[in-house]
Amino acid sequence: MATTPITIGEEKQGFLPWLWKWLTTVDHKKIGILYLCGAGLFFLVGGIEALLIRIQLSVPQNDLLVGSTYNQVMTMHGTTMIFLAAMPAIFALLNAVVPLQIGARDVAFPFLNALGFWLFFLGGLILNASWFLGGAPDGGWTAYAPLSTEFLGSGMDFYILGLQVAGAGTLMGGINFLVTIINMRAPGMTFMRMPLFTWTALITSALILFAFPALTVGLFFELFDKIFGANFFNAANGGNGVIWEHIFWIFGHPEVYILILPAFGVISEVIPTFAKKRLFGYTSMVFATVLIGFLAFMVWVHHMFTVGLGPMANSLFAIATMAIAIPTGMKIFNWIFTMWGGQVHYTTANLFAVGFIPTFVLGGVTGVMLAVPAADFQYHDSYFVVAHFHYVIVGGVVFGLLSGLFYWWPKMTGKFLNERLGKVTFWFFFFGFHVTFFPQHFLGLMGMPRRYFTYLSGDGLTTGNLISSIGAVGMAVAVICLVINVVMTTANGKKAKGDAWEFGRTLEWSLPSPAPEYNFAQIPLVKGIDPFWKAKMEGSSKVMPAEPLGDIHMPSPSILPFLMSLALTIVSFGFIYADKMGTALNKGSLFFAGMGVALLFLMMLIHSLKDDHGIHIHKQEIIDTERVIE
Amino acid sequence: MSNAYELSIEKLPNPEKATLEGKNKFLGFWFFLGGETVLFGTLFATFLALRDKVGNGPAGHELFSITTTFISTMILLFSSLTSVFAILALKDYRLRMMQFWFWVTILLGLCFLSLEIYEFFNYVKEGLGYKTSAFSSSFYTLVGTHGSHVFFGILWISTLMIASYKKGITTVTAPKYYIAALYWHFIDVVWVFIFTVVYLLGILGG
Amino acid sequence: MDWNQSTINHYLEKQKKRQELIHYFVSFVLMILFTVLAFVAVMLRDSINDYLIAIFIVTMAIVQVVFQLYYFMHMKEQDHGFPALFLYSGASVAFLTVISFVSIVWIS
Repeated sequence: MATTPITIGEEKQGFLPWLWKWLTTVDHKKIGILYLCGAGLFFLVGGIEALLIRIQLSVPQNDLLVGSTYNQVMTMHGTTMIFLAAMPAIFALLNAVVPLQIGARDVAFPFLNALGFWLFFLGGLILNASWFLGGAPDGGWTAYAPLSTEFLGSGMDFYILGLQVAGAGTLMGGINFLVTIINMRAPGMTFMRMPLFTWTALITSALILFAFPALTVGLFFELFDKIFGANFFNAANGGNGVIWEHIFWIFGHPEVYILILPAFGVISEVIPTFAKKRLFGYTSMVFATVLIGFLAFMVWVHHMFTVGLGPMANSLFAIATMAIAIPTGMKIFNWIFTMWGGQVHYTTANLFAVGFIPTFVLGGVTGVMLAVPAADFQYHDSYFVVAHFHYVIVGGVVFGLLSGLFYWWPKMTGKFLNERLGKVTFWFFFFGFHVTFFPQHFLGLMGMPRRYFTYLSGDGLTTGNLISSIGAVGMAVAVICLVINVVMTTANGKKAKGDAWEFGRTLEWSLPSPAPEYNFAQIPLVKGIDPFWKAKMEGSSKVMPAEPLGDIHMPSPSILPFLMSLALTIVSFGFIYADKMGTALNKGSLFFAGMGVALLFLMMLIHSLKDDHGIHIHKQEIIDTERVIE
Repeated sequence: MSNAYELSIEKLPNPEKATLEGKNKFLGFWFFLGGETVLFGTLFATFLALRDKVGNGPAGHELFSITTTFISTMILLFSSLTSVFAILALKDYRLRMMQFWFWVTILLGLCFLSLEIYEFFNYVKEGLGYKTSAFSSSFYTLVGTHGSHVFFGILWISTLMIASYKKGITTVTAPKYYIAALYWHFIDVVWVFIFTVVYLLGILGG
Repeated sequence: MDWNQSTINHYLEKQKKRQELIHYFVSFVLMILFTVLAFVAVMLRDSINDYLIAIFIVTMAIVQVVFQLYYFMHMKEQDHGFPALFLYSGASVAFLTVISFVSIVWIS
């Protein structure tokens, strides 16, 4: 039985052992940080792509990015931001926070958790490798068929395989959090005592479980059409591109709720904390979250109003789409009512949360406008849609994620982000965002189509585009401030204690910052909503434990998740290079892919046969660690 | 043999869910099956949308044989029953019995697969290639995905059985055997829909 | 024979296992029956309306799957609330997908 001493103080570690620690970790807290680094990196890449787009569109008939080059930047901007920045950032917060909020020591499947991360990361690398290997995908983030399967180049293979690999990781993460939240809550934490962030994590994970398999199938169809000559989307042989649209949006619409629900969860944590007042209408918030999750699967055709499916189909889905606005509206009112009568403290996290409310509402109301099929015939594929989704994704998801970042940063790292720089970030981001995207509503109404690389000077679109591009500079300044903030405070930021913000309500704030390896020395006994706040109001500084102090068993680290992801990367490149576009299938490349599969199976075999005895932490070590932390 | 019924600490009833890890695996695997339902649902939906698009190639009713389909169905149904017996043996800690029934399951699975491969070879000879039409692509993809699931199941259960000679039935290994059986039942469930919707409805269309 | 509590428990356990075994056998026989009925229905396609046969065999499939789920996959036992919920949810999404593909893909 191996025992690993817990590093309490700063220990000098060589580079290789440090790297090995991060490559093999199965600890949800470290995996959360890995997700954050990955998300941050890809957010910068996607942001540069955005800036390039805005520079290209700042003046009419610009020639910075033309034709296919523009299409590549535009496609990668969307794909990167959604799949490689927003989703991993969400997983970063889920990993960092959910086990702590429910009083657990880790997630249900730590190995799978690590595997999920590496699959995302390598999937992102596969996707971005395309830039250097013949061109990035250029079919838009929606990759409609048969355009993507018959008329575009090898870039689309990177899209298909990169997303397939990253998507597999996401699915694993979804299952992991479902089981964790259902099976591993601390004693006394019934479902109706869970924090709202955990509730949104639960519903989001359910959405992931049911939405991603559809994407998996769709991507396989595109792959088979492209390299094996299948006919799913080939009209000449009986196929139909509408099938892709259905499959993609049956995935794609739940996907955007996967993005927004965790942001809602963050707002539901941040606003009560910084208003020193409990969340208004807890039960209705839970109900609204579940209803949104349910309705998310009933509205996808609103992305297809102009396909010609007929008035019956369009009407049904229009009504379902408008229905979703209702539980969403409930949430908005509940957040406002939470603040009403509270003592509001405007920390950076709260600024983002409060700024989220009007911004997301603006995005929501344009969504209801788009939900009217007859009107949508005018809005479809114009900048009005672009404005809408940036309002909900940036104004909603990103504001929420930034709020969560500033809020939970001290818990994850033990240090605060600089508040002054944070506020600078907020104001530049907030104003930059509105200046960028508000004009785009009008550009759309004036007829500017989306996904076009330029416009003419006589079109009346010049001023709007110029203003929009200036706004983007503001957002860029904000992000630069954020990066400086992160670098500065990682070096020497203000240390945070367990209850970092002093008004913590939920269990994660009862632990030291950062939490020790085993999270809770003793699993807590939960007696109500906001259990830490309850304990504090009853005069205690700690939540009552549910078990005596004893030895703790933690899972062993493993290099297999990283290696398995490498194997799948080999498989992906095998398929990518099998597609020789117009000539015969490259059999050698397929054989290479087969080798990758064999490697993957081998590693799965090793994992199955090896007995993980885990790491044993002795009671005395726990006592010592806890004493040092105090 | 004493009359007292001994409940020793090593032989907990329901070993497959005696630990938290076991319960987690159980729940996680059911959730995975929920996701697989959507996966196969999408494949079925696509097949149904494209089943008439036979182009220049043969249609289903020209190729499908009631006899072959019936035999395949019976093979898989029997294999589902044998896996039930395996789990009954698991709950009684009867290692040899469990191994026997799982090996029978694997054998039946191999018979099913061989029959299916033979069937596909014949179809290709009759002019139904993968690229022939939208119908052919969706047929082979749907039924082929099911077949590869059967193949993976065979590999999985074989691996578990080979390891079981050394590892036996414990609270660590029992959940693994249990969920492998669940998986096997699930692919029988999918086959029920395949033989109904693809083969029987296909023959009906002729 | 001494009739103490543990002997009684032992006997009850055996009864329960026998019951379970009977359930499995009956389910199995019924499943074979549903399968055979479906095949027979298709073999009689020259004398019965095709639509009726289609509805019949799909119903047979669903009933057979219910038996698989509840008996072979133990869904009728305790602690299967969440598995059932999620399986039915997945089935609903699959059902929605199938319905839309057979109605709003090919529009003339």
